[in-house]
Amino acid sequence: MTAAQSWAEAFRERAPSLAGAGLPWLAETRRRALERFVAEGWPSTRNDAWRHTSLLVLEHEQFSVPEAGAAERGAAGLEALVRGLREGDDGHWMVFVDGRYAPALSAPARLPSGAEVLSLAEVLETAPERVEPHFGAPEDGYSPTALNTAFAADGAFVHLKRGVVVEAPIHLVFVAATERAANHVRNLIVAEAGAQGTVVEHHVKVHDEPALSNIVTRVDCADDARVTHLKLQQESERAVHLAHIDARQARGSMFASHSLSFGARLARNDIVTRFDGTGCETLLNGLFHVDGKRHVDHHTRIEHAQPNGTSREFYRGILDEAGRGVFAGRIIVAPHAVRTDAVQRTDNLLLSRQAEADARPELEIYADDVKCAHGATVGRIDETALFYLRSRGIDEERARNLLTWAFAAEALARIGVESLQRRARGALLARLPGGTALDRALEELQ
Amino acid sequence: MLEISQLKASVDGKRILRGLDLSVKAGEVHAIMGPNGSGKSTLAQVLAGRDSYTVEGGSIHWQGEDLLAMSTEDRARSGIFLAFQYPVEIPGVSNAYFLKAAVNAVRRHRGLPELDAMDFLAKVKAEMKAVGMKEEFLYRSVNEGFSGGEKKRNEVLQMALLEPKLAILDETDSGLDIDALRIVADGINRLRSPERAMIVITHYQRLLDYIVPDHVHVLAEGRIVRSGGRELALELEERGYSWIEREPAAVRPAEGA
Repeated sequence: MTAAQSWAEAFRERAPSLAGAGLPWLAETRRRALERFVAEGWPSTRNDAWRHTSLLVLEHEQFSVPEAGAAERGAAGLEALVRGLREGDDGHWMVFVDGRYAPALSAPARLPSGAEVLSLAEVLETAPERVEPHFGAPEDGYSPTALNTAFAADGAFVHLKRGVVVEAPIHLVFVAATERAANHVRNLIVAEAGAQGTVVEHHVKVHDEPALSNIVTRVDCADDARVTHLKLQQESERAVHLAHIDARQARGSMFASHSLSFGARLARNDIVTRFDGTGCETLLNGLFHVDGKRHVDHHTRIEHAQPNGTSREFYRGILDEAGRGVFAGRIIVAPHAVRTDAVQRTDNLLLSRQAEADARPELEIYADDVKCAHGATVGRIDETALFYLRSRGIDEERARNLLTWAFAAEALARIGVESLQRRARGALLARLPGGTALDRALEELQ
Repeated sequence: MLEISQLKASVDGKRILRGLDLSVKAGEVHAIMGPNGSGKSTLAQVLAGRDSYTVEGGSIHWQGEDLLAMSTEDRARSGIFLAFQYPVEIPGVSNAYFLKAAVNAVRRHRGLPELDAMDFLAKVKAEMKAVGMKEEFLYRSVNEGFSGGEKKRNEVLQMALLEPKLAILDETDSGLDIDALRIVADGINRLRSPERAMIVITHYQRLLDYIVPDHVHVLAEGRIVRSGGRELALELEERGYSWIEREPAAVRPAEGA
């Protein structure tokens, strides 16, 4: 039986009990999405967009959607983990175990009126009409997104009404508790005109076993809305993490995505935004670290479909041992999208001879009067800087960490929120030998 | 405290130092002068432990130890400080963090307690004032976007904080206007002491108007070809380097001197 066939079987078994199964539109969307996945299977490396990232492991290894009740059992013993994450950050915290909302672990904060952060499963039961326009279609993304569409039944539903501003970040925590769990999470972020908010996805590990996260996050920015999304991925080094972040932007809106990828054996991020109105702005910022034989891929697509749009795109990778990094950035400027201003940069720091980074800009510019700049670098630790630090008594390991940190600092500085910057720094430095001491020392001099 | 004997060193396969001898005692200030390409900066880099330079022969004894067997960081911790001709910019690393890490690395080695953030900031701010640096330079990235003069002040600041036993100043005067030169020289002079030796590397005698050396050496083609007192620097200023290059053998100091 192929992987696709076993997913079809799992679907027949599980579909009737998924949240919202009784909704004809959803049942139909799920059925068609599954059909698509069965027809396409996991993307193969013959597909140009996947040629550097093989999902063969998903053909050979079995992952399955945990049984109902597994989440509740899994939630036991996670209090300490969640408390550790929340430390120093009151805000709104919503925890999902094996893809299901775990109210006992969550800590909702008082949100301004007009701001709601709910479990998608709950909204599918109580007010499905609020979900339908934002849920997405079977055709979206690559085939993993279709598999998500077939199985997705929970995740966060964030709704910010017109003009509502939520200052503190909204934190969503995703934990894979069951071994070999496949978690098809769907998050929907809906920002009405002029609304503002920041949503943080934490993908954390509780064990070192394999797991599959197949996450879809859809963002709808109405006129002049401002949405910041940050994903901090620190999954098990045996996990496979697939993420599709899909934004739509109306006139004058701003969308920022920060993808910080520090865990998982294989992480693929497809980040897409489309300017459906004039004067939109986007910032796609990314930082990853790979070592061992780990692999991180960022594929981005920015559709400048309307005039006066500004996009900024910066991805940085730190690659150690036999780690591999992939970046492909497509920028499409439609014929009438004049006065588009786009900048794309990707920089990679190789810490070993075996590490490898691939970068591919793909610019499709059909309009005149546009500014479009791109650049890619692959480099190593600056030996002169290393000597300078060592000549001041700083030992070699620390000096290397410091220079690695310095390379990352630019990416972290783009995260406007200081508490999130600090979190991201801690997560990165925890990966470097002796990095924790460096983190403490940097903290002290802030 | 420092004994260099028949030092031979090369970079990228090119022999630069060809048997250099130099002896420096505590409290002394030695000036090393010489034309471009004579090996002045190579000497500085070899003393600090830059591994792109290959030592091919000779020895360096530092406080009774084999300096060439020590790592760059251990040399620094044991009291050798090189003020760089071209201080390195390190975007993303704050000067405050850099200075504190350096100070504490050296203090640990000397068996002193590490300074905490409060004590460190008090100390560094006092020293910054002395070299005429504004506090904002603490929170900027190391040397990034600093002017030539600001970079050199940052070097003198590091020297003051690390309290070395041997300071090597590599063309510290290059790129400085006369006011900056005076401030930097004052900073250096404040650090002169009977326990501390200095090697001042310079192309021009100008710096030696401010930092008066006990000994002056002329380096040419990788060897010290002439040594003398301060008057040697003045003679070089007047006559240039060519007269020495023309008659190196005649003025070469005796072996082992």
